[in-house]
Amino acid sequence: MSSHRRVWYPYVSPFDPCPPIKAKAYSTPPSLFLGYQPPNLEQFTPMEALKIGTLWKVFYDPWYSPYEVSTEEDQS
Amino acid sequence: MWVYEKKLQYPVKVSACNPMLAKFLIEQYGGADGELAAALRYLNQRYTIPDKVIGLLTDIGTEEFAHLEMIATMVYKLMKDATPDQIKAAGLAGHYADHGKDLFYHNAAGVPFTATYIQAKGDPITDLYEDIAAEEKARATYQWIINLSDDPDLNDGLRFLREREIIHSQRFREAVEILKEEQGKKKIF
Repeated sequence: MSSHRRVWYPYVSPFDPCPPIKAKAYSTPPSLFLGYQPPNLEQFTPMEALKIGTLWKVFYDPWYSPYEVSTEEDQS
Repeated sequence: MWVYEKKLQYPVKVSACNPMLAKFLIEQYGGADGELAAALRYLNQRYTIPDKVIGLLTDIGTEEFAHLEMIATMVYKLMKDATPDQIKAAGLAGHYADHGKDLFYHNAAGVPFTATYIQAKGDPITDLYEDIAAEEKARATYQWIINLSDDPDLNDGLRFLREREIIHSQRFREAVEILKEEQGKKKIF
């Protein structure tokens, strides 16, 4: 799992009507942590950047559905 | 003034006719946190924001229209060959009765677009915080649509759009930092 996911564990009641999901995750994208973008960060190649949606490796944080098989490895 | 390039910002591929997905995606077309709302919000705020961040609002507002075009293409492709039965099964019969296969600015539940989705408060920090919130809400919406979608080609385009929301959020946060700085103070990098 990407380092930009946080996990928490909600209370599970013995009387839950559905099978409980014990761990819940949420996204905390890199833009939350950086403040001003520092100079001289690592870049993707122009072709990669056009495909991914950012030039900067530090901001790359793709989302995959938990039900979807990831076709590409996390490049960060 | 704008210069139009007759191509999409990112190629839109759809693997199967799927009006159900079109119904979810229309949220990003005419929904409260959709691309239309974003574009109109930023391009309107920029007249009265401090001059250091006007260009940012222009750039991002313009890019939002490029995203709107991508969403429109996705919805169109998902819908264009659907039969009335498929449309009924997807819960789009109401849309079809009113609009046929045209797109329309309403959200996934069929509520029409309204200017009350956006705000211009006349206070730069307030406005930029709303913009950051809007980007995070759009990012979350993309997550839920990716979770709902079983179309790998479509998800590829949606992941690109979600990444752009992260970048926009970063740039708005930097704009807030610019406005927080004491005016006229020399900054040395």
